[in-house]
This record gives sequence, structure tokens and C-alpha cells, in this order.
Amino acid sequence: MAKVIVDGKEIEIGDDERLNGIQVARRAGVEIPHYCWHPGLSVVASCRMCLVETGTRNAETGEISMLPKLVPACQTPARDGTVFVTQSEKVQHARAFVEEELLIRHPIDCPICDKAGECYLQDYYFEYGQPSRRADLRPFTSRRRPVGQTVTLFVDRCVMCSRCVRFTREISGTSELMIVNRGNQEEIDVMPGFPLANKLSGNVVDLCPVGALGDADFLYHQRVWFLKRHEGVCTRCATGCSISIEENQNRVYRLKPRENPHVNQWWMCDEGRYGYHHVHDPSRLRGASRRGDDGYEPIDWHDVPEDIERRVERSDSVACVVSPHLTVEEAYLLCKWIRQSKPQASLFLGPVPVMGEDETFPGGFTIRAEKCPNRRGVEEVLRHFTSRVSTFDEALEALDASTFDLVWVTGGYLGDWIDEPTAARFGTASELIVQDMFDSPLWQRASLRLPGAAFAEREGCYVNADRRLQRAAWAVRPPQGAWPEGHVYWRLLEQPGMYRAQVVLDEMAEQIPCFAPAAGGVPPLGVVLDVAQPVQR
Amino acid sequence: MRADDPAIRWIEEPKLGLSGKMYLPLIFQGLTTTARHLVGPKRTVSFPEQRPNIADPLIYRGVHRLNRDQEGRVKCVACFLCATACPAHCIDIVAAESPWPDREKYPEHFVIDELRCIFCGMCEEACPVDAIELTSLFDLTGRTREEMFFDKEKLLSVFDQTKDAEPPKSAGLPPLQRPEEEHHS
Repeated sequence: MAKVIVDGKEIEIGDDERLNGIQVARRAGVEIPHYCWHPGLSVVASCRMCLVETGTRNAETGEISMLPKLVPACQTPARDGTVFVTQSEKVQHARAFVEEELLIRHPIDCPICDKAGECYLQDYYFEYGQPSRRADLRPFTSRRRPVGQTVTLFVDRCVMCSRCVRFTREISGTSELMIVNRGNQEEIDVMPGFPLANKLSGNVVDLCPVGALGDADFLYHQRVWFLKRHEGVCTRCATGCSISIEENQNRVYRLKPRENPHVNQWWMCDEGRYGYHHVHDPSRLRGASRRGDDGYEPIDWHDVPEDIERRVERSDSVACVVSPHLTVEEAYLLCKWIRQSKPQASLFLGPVPVMGEDETFPGGFTIRAEKCPNRRGVEEVLRHFTSRVSTFDEALEALDASTFDLVWVTGGYLGDWIDEPTAARFGTASELIVQDMFDSPLWQRASLRLPGAAFAEREGCYVNADRRLQRAAWAVRPPQGAWPEGHVYWRLLEQPGMYRAQVVLDEMAEQIPCFAPAAGGVPPLGVVLDVAQPVQR
Repeated sequence: MRADDPAIRWIEEPKLGLSGKMYLPLIFQGLTTTARHLVGPKRTVSFPEQRPNIADPLIYRGVHRLNRDQEGRVKCVACFLCATACPAHCIDIVAAESPWPDREKYPEHFVIDELRCIFCGMCEEACPVDAIELTSLFDLTGRTREEMFFDKEKLLSVFDQTKDAEPPKSAGLPPLQRPEEEHHS
């Protein structure tokens, strides 16, 4: 056990841990301010904000000898006997000078800067800066230019921490961003004709400690202090990045990655980051309806469970297509209810959308080809109810042989997930219940239409490609006339009150052995399930 | 605040003496005040025929207005600080990129629910560019609730109506200057 001393407090660190001054101070409960250092990027020690006094303790005599000058904490490894002094007068002076220097060339247009409220320059100046500004400079408007489709650069707000430049070199491996000029003329820029255009470009906005890099998607839409964060899981691919869904007044304004060393580290891809607009798409389906003698007639949501029961009751053979977009709780409730009503009901896994190949970036981040969040989780639920997991193609084949009277299809897919010929094969079933978000050829054929929820409106867990079960909370309410799938199943099972995913997960942990690790709640970073290998397609 | 908070100073109610217990002196005291007002000068104003005299319109907190800059554009930069400061949550702003080269951001929509407003003046305090101000207009009426949602045009028209009688309280900051941009991409 190595012992490090931070502000007179002894901290023990593991022998195989490689920590720097900032990390070890954080363990001691001391925050060392920093701009350029980021745990996911290389160390450049250029911002000089994390300057601290350091020294070593002689192991035999116990005598401490300090270095005469200040050193950057981010670049100083914590070894046995290393001493950090982070609050001395000398350190505080150094911080105040760094802040003063940064603010000499800063526009101070905080009222119109999107970063205001989560800006490190604001926070650190408030905490460590001088009470008044000595330089006689007036606020001005920052120069601005787009560096790519997704990111806008506010040149004069930059503090030259070079986090974004290092990100494009080390994590995305595309090296679009660079520093041009020198000294006080330094600027971030791209080569003419080579804009910032990689699949992880949005991350540079998160990395930027000030308002220099603005997200074109979020720019000027909302002030950050109005946003409420909800822990969620990205549903755009099987990686299942930990995200926070940030919403105000029932409207999602942005998605941000949540640090999770087991899944996405600090990053998320642009497809996921900007893939929330469908939540507020005006073409979302609303209002349950059933096919009557002349067209569709609306049906009250509270009568839906009874209607479904009646339909299932009078059908001899029933099949259910469980979408990999459902949470594990929803899939479990659906299978449980349908098997309760019709013990012989067939269960199929919904179509698994696959686009291209898995793409892994130099920083280790992977975008999966499988564009659904929960194939493994749904498969595991199906395996609990049936001996083997049947695929969507098998469902279609069975439909061609007119095996089923009633088919219940759950959707939740984005884009054209089912084409007209495929949907026509469902014509052999006399009853078709469809739960979906958007209009599709299948929706046009349904005898009972139930508009469902988007990812930000669902509550429950997803099992990602690495078999990690992660919990997502609902962030916004579904549009009027749409019910989250879980809520429908909850009503069908005549459970009391509102749908509560945790109650279902607790039951699953008891019933299904591989979900046992999730008993008693899912930790923020998720748990790894003992899930069998996926079925071969 | 808890009852045992040391910052609270507890005081005892003074004990009533004999005259206090009889109430009569206090009744006479009250009647004297009434009688003095009966014979004194009349202060009542027959509103609406007669308008009350507002002593200092600059500090009166009436209907809001959105100030215009020298070029007649809305001065507001859509920073949302008034909406943040508003205790009644009556200000709704939709920000957008400004159509003018010297400004970054402007309010596309700016709506104040005058019925919800408590006229505390916090928005005026919060505004970094002195764009929102409270005027001395106080007799605010409307037939419907919708009429009382004052949008940007309405608030600017309040400025046009009142700017001569009540000039903007401060000249505000001159428009922000943008450094020259050298184009190389």
C-alpha cells in the first residue's frame, strides 16, 4: 500500500493504481481545478490551472522535502511518500493569475453563451479568481465559425486547453482539429475543406471546459440550468451507452454521455446523441383505435386491456412478436400475460436491425451494427418462457402456413422497419394487435392499434452487447394518446397502481436465474448478467 | 427556520394595564383618527375619471416593456436571466440566432403572462442589457386570458407608447463589438 499525503491527510492507494495528483486529491475530498487534463485523454499540462506544491517524504526519517517551484498536479504521479499541498497561499496566487490571464482575452459574453451554468471558467473564476478584474477590457462578442455540421466554434471563448484536438487524435483517430498560430494568436481550427466530420464529433462539445465549442443541435435552445437530468441508456445500438437525458417541461433538449468505464467511458456517438428528435416528432402515433365496420374507431385506453383479453380469449392459436426495443421488464410482462391467458402461445423475437459492421475507434469506443438496445435481454426472457428463441423469420414462415389466429406485434423501431410484402404475410391472421411509434404497413393492417412510447418515455432495463444490464429512468411523458408498453401489460396483469419497473425486475430476479444479479436494484453502472450466447441467425 | 434557531429573538407580549383592560381609551384613540380624516383634506381619487398621480414613474412597477436599441431592434439578447429570476415563472422565451451581424442571439418569441406576474421587478434587476423594464402603466385590462399574454410585439409597442414619458432608465451598454474575422475556410 502506497501512502500519499494530500494537505496533511494520508491517502492509501493500491499498488497497481496509477493516479496523478488530481485523482488522488479527489479521493481526499479536495478538488484541484483543471482545464486541459481529462482522464480519457493524454496529459499535456498546458493550462497550468492545476499547479500545486509537491514534495516527498523520506521513508526512513519521515522528513518531508518540498520542491521549490509549483508543478502541475495532472502530470505528477502519486507514489509512496508523495506530498501534495493544494491550498497554500502560493498555489492560490498561481490559480488567480491563471484565471486572470485567461480572462484577459475572454469575451465575457456569458449571458448569451450556451455554456454558462456549466462552464469551468465561470466556476473557477468564482472560486479561485481575483475579486475584480484589473484589465480595462470591455465584453465583446466572440468570433464564430462552424468547424463541422455538428459543432460551431466560438473562437474568442477558447482557453486553448486542446482537449478537443487530443480527442480527434486519440479517441476518434480522425485528427480534424488542430491549433493554428502561436502565442496569443493561437486558435483551434480545421484544414480548409476538411471539416470536423467523424461519428464521435459531438464529444468535443462535452470536453470543452468553456463555451468555445457549441453544439449546433442545442445552440440557443435552452439555458443549461433549466435542464433536468435523468439517467438513461442510449437505444440506438447494442452498445447501450450510459447517457443522461436532459429535459425541461417535458421536452428533451439534449443527450449527454454519462461516465461508465465498462460501456462507453466518457463518450457517445453522434447517432445516439442527436437521435432523440423522433421523441417529439409530430407524426408520432396517438390514440388507441380498433378496426370497425367502417374504418378505425377510437377506443378509450382504459378499455384496451379488456378488448385485448376478449380478442385473445376467442382466438385458438396466439403468437407474440417481442421487439428488441422493449425493456426486459416489458418483455417479461408481455410474455407472462400471454402465457397466462394462452399457455400454448408462440413467442418470437422481433426483427433485429443490423446496419453495416461494428465500428471500433482508436480510443476503444465501439458503435455496434446491431441497431437495437436489448436483443440479449429479450432473448433471455423468451428463453425463460420457451425452450428456444424463435426468430422473426420463423414467425413469418409460420404465418405463411396460416398457423395463428391472433398475432401481437410490438414495434418501437425507427425508420421503415417493415415493408409492404412482409406486412402482407400477416394477412393470414384474423386478429393483429400492433404497438408502435410510427405509421407502417403493418400498422395499416392492424385490427387493434396501440401507440407506444419512445426510449425517453420508458422505464426499465436493457441488456447490451456485453451482457451488461443497465437501468434507464423515464425522462418525459409520452404524448397524449400513447401509453408506454409496460403500462399496458401492467394493466393486463391487473397489477395495482402505476407501472413500476423495479417491482417487475425484482420478480424476474427470482424467477429467471440469469437475472439474479439484478436482485435488489441495479447499480448506476449496471451489472453483468450471466446470459447465454445469442441464437445463430 | 427552526423554532430553536439562535437568530430568532423571542419577545413577550406586554401586559395590559387597567386602562388597557377597559378598552375605552383605545376606542377613543381610534375614533379620534377617524374624526381627523373626516375633516381633513380628501385623498380619494375617482378612478377612472380621475387619474392617480404617480409620484415617481421611474420606480413604479407596472406593465413591462421591451426596450428598443438605437436602430429600433429589440434590445433583448435572449439570455433567459429574467425568466430565471422570475419567481412567478411568467416569462417564456424562445431564443434563436439573431438575423443581425452584430448580435449573436435574440428572442424569437418573448411572452409575459401579465396575469401570472406579481410585478416584483426582479426581471428588470436581472437584465444584463436593460432590455426589460417596468413602466408606470397600471390599469391593465383584458377580456380573455389570452389577451393578457403579452408577446414581443405588444411589449415593444408598450415601449413605443411610453418612451417619451418614461425614457429608458439607463442607456445600457453600447452594442457588443465583434473582432474582425479573417476567413480562411
